[in-house]
Amino acid sequence: MSTQILMPALSPTMEEGKLAKWLVKEGDAVKSGDILAEIETDKATMEFEAVDEGRIGKILVPEGTEGVKVNAPIAVLEGDGEDAKVAPMPTKAAAPAAAPKESAPAARVDAPKVTEPEVPAGTEFVTMTVREALRDAMAEEMRRDETVLLIGEEVAQYQGAYKVSQGLLEEFGERRVIDTPITEQGFAGLGVGAAFNGLKPIVEFMTWNFAMQAIDQIVNSAAKTRYMSGGQMHCPIVFRGPNGPASRVGAQHSQDYSSWYAHVPGLKVISPYFAADAKGLLKAAIRDPNPVIFLENEIVYGHSFPVPKLDDYVLPIGKARVIRPGTGVTIVSHSICVGLILEAAEKLAAEGIDAELIDLRTLRPLDTDTVIESVKKTNRLVTVEQGWPICSIGSEIATQVVEKAFDWLDAPPARVAGKDVPMPYAANLEKLALPSVDDVIAAAKAVCYRS
Amino acid sequence: MSDPKISVVDGVNTTPDSVLKTFYSDMLLIRRFEEKAGQLYGMGLIGGFCHLYIGQEAVVVGMQANVGPRDQVITAYRDHGHMLACGMDPKGVMAELTGRHAGYSKGKGGSMHMFSTEKRFFGGHGIVGAQVPLGTGIAFADKYASNGGVTLTYMGEGAANQGQVYESFNMAKLWMLPVVYIIENNQYAMGTSVERSSAQPQFFKRGASFNIPGEEVDGMDVVAVAAAGKKAVEWCRAGNGPIILEMKTYRYRGHSMSDPAKYRTREEVQAVREKRDPIEHLGHELVARRVVTEDQLKAIDKDIRLTVNTAAEFAIESPEPDPSELFTDVVA
Repeated sequence: MSTQILMPALSPTMEEGKLAKWLVKEGDAVKSGDILAEIETDKATMEFEAVDEGRIGKILVPEGTEGVKVNAPIAVLEGDGEDAKVAPMPTKAAAPAAAPKESAPAARVDAPKVTEPEVPAGTEFVTMTVREALRDAMAEEMRRDETVLLIGEEVAQYQGAYKVSQGLLEEFGERRVIDTPITEQGFAGLGVGAAFNGLKPIVEFMTWNFAMQAIDQIVNSAAKTRYMSGGQMHCPIVFRGPNGPASRVGAQHSQDYSSWYAHVPGLKVISPYFAADAKGLLKAAIRDPNPVIFLENEIVYGHSFPVPKLDDYVLPIGKARVIRPGTGVTIVSHSICVGLILEAAEKLAAEGIDAELIDLRTLRPLDTDTVIESVKKTNRLVTVEQGWPICSIGSEIATQVVEKAFDWLDAPPARVAGKDVPMPYAANLEKLALPSVDDVIAAAKAVCYRS
Repeated sequence: MSDPKISVVDGVNTTPDSVLKTFYSDMLLIRRFEEKAGQLYGMGLIGGFCHLYIGQEAVVVGMQANVGPRDQVITAYRDHGHMLACGMDPKGVMAELTGRHAGYSKGKGGSMHMFSTEKRFFGGHGIVGAQVPLGTGIAFADKYASNGGVTLTYMGEGAANQGQVYESFNMAKLWMLPVVYIIENNQYAMGTSVERSSAQPQFFKRGASFNIPGEEVDGMDVVAVAAAGKKAVEWCRAGNGPIILEMKTYRYRGHSMSDPAKYRTREEVQAVREKRDPIEHLGHELVARRVVTEDQLKAIDKDIRLTVNTAAEFAIESPEPDPSELFTDVVA
């Protein structure tokens, strides 16, 4: 029996090519691996090998022919009888059409509504620092689940570069609280591999600036593997550490990565301000079956806030919170800038502008419902963050509000962000580069058309 | 799968005939599968990048003879052979290559991104060297759980020049993790030869700075690979930490399907095919030892071709994923 040899596609984009040279002639016996012809693609000259054994019956396309379409028959291979019973390569099926037959669903189905559990009336509140709240969250989850462990630079004996892991080595021992070498890409990848194989690692980066060395493992290995495996693989891991500028540490130690990670499907991204949120959301992150980016702030570590004294205080990921109700303007922020907008709101109130403040807390999935609900009431939007303004969290919120609540807006949304420069060292310049209370007040007045 | 009988005594192969015959079939399945994948690529049925394992079959087949049900495998993107050697279904692998719902990743992964939690195959990774910290972490979890598992972490010699490989070596030795690093030295990192890319071309020595022992192995000789793999897995299982095996091997095809391979001569490739081919070599030995006849080898080939053709037909006939799959499996 005979089979047709077809013009092969020899690159991801090839549609036709030149049959440059035949290296076999009619009547030649060939076996798999023998080179049959040289074919010129748009990029290179390639050798084309035989797959099946047989004899070249007829050459259908002479050498030197240009513009031979992919899958056009170029020769006939005669079987030697030995392979007659082997099913021939089916030639009837064509490649899947380049254009999708059905159009893809236009947008992702909205995630189910997340509701936050009420703190029971009469619950005692304890004042603690964000640093302590984070430590307590890790300790509680490590007591609860033996597969939770903490790895990172200086997390064990040194008690954490910023003392977030204070006391954990003493309680859980060196098997579960592990000092790594200075090897961000290595220990991030090691953590992801351990998560693939049954553990729930908490990976601490001394700061998120250093995680740029590890971002390939975070994005390509942690975030994408569930999808690339058709849902087979799981990566329950938390990457956490201080994010954004601290004070006077210059450009390489002062970057805010909020929008970088919020951009990536497959990740969840959390960036709290208050101690209670830090605790409840870190506990949720550790229990979450997905890779979670937990963005803390060095300056906020030392701030004290009340935290409900409950045995198991876990908050839902993906839920923003209105931290001050108001009617005049919606101001949206996260992390350390929540402190800024609280201060700005007091001053705005003194000038007769009643701001509604929203703490996003989670950046992916982004709770735009809460923002839009607020904008429908106030008709004005200001976003505030420390990150750079281009493609920022504020850019995304402004876009979504314009897309979904355009008719409710009485003014274009305003973004307050870090200035579009690497962070300078000089005290005066650093201050100018960061968003200030005055910037927030000015933006709020602008969208209210007040000067 | 672990076979205690694999052995080379004083340079003489004393591995039982039945094991050798299985090696032959397993290697030939990979060869025929890859040839068929190349053909389907040529027909436009497989898209994107497609890196064939032809020539290197002895490495993964020999190593796989030593793993047990608690062990696992991870590799980079030249991964079809590893999946077949792990016992994954050729139909599911081929259907993933054609981007169909019946593929191991529902058609969402493709050639470079396939997984089987059932067969403990952890991928299938597209970034050169990134699988090495991952494999080290898989071994870390085994050590944490004290379950006796060993992880085979494969990389090419090209990946062995990535920094994260040495970060992994350091942690693996520091924490005595049960991981075998297998460097498949096929002599070309895409189009750049070892001589042009490596200050220290003896890759088995690359663990020296971390006190990780290494051994050079003839990766074209499946029995030599199996024997070295047996020692390496035993080394890890005994709690001695990581070990490196450098497999001297060769790939016959280009780096990917769209590589014209002008960095080496046709004669060089032909010489390896004729003198060192792992499948031909073992076939001759099986005939010489009267384990099988030439006709029986042909019958094995015919069976394997049938398996591969059936997989190809399945992969072509299976439906593409439903459009609703676009948004599934992003997060749990």
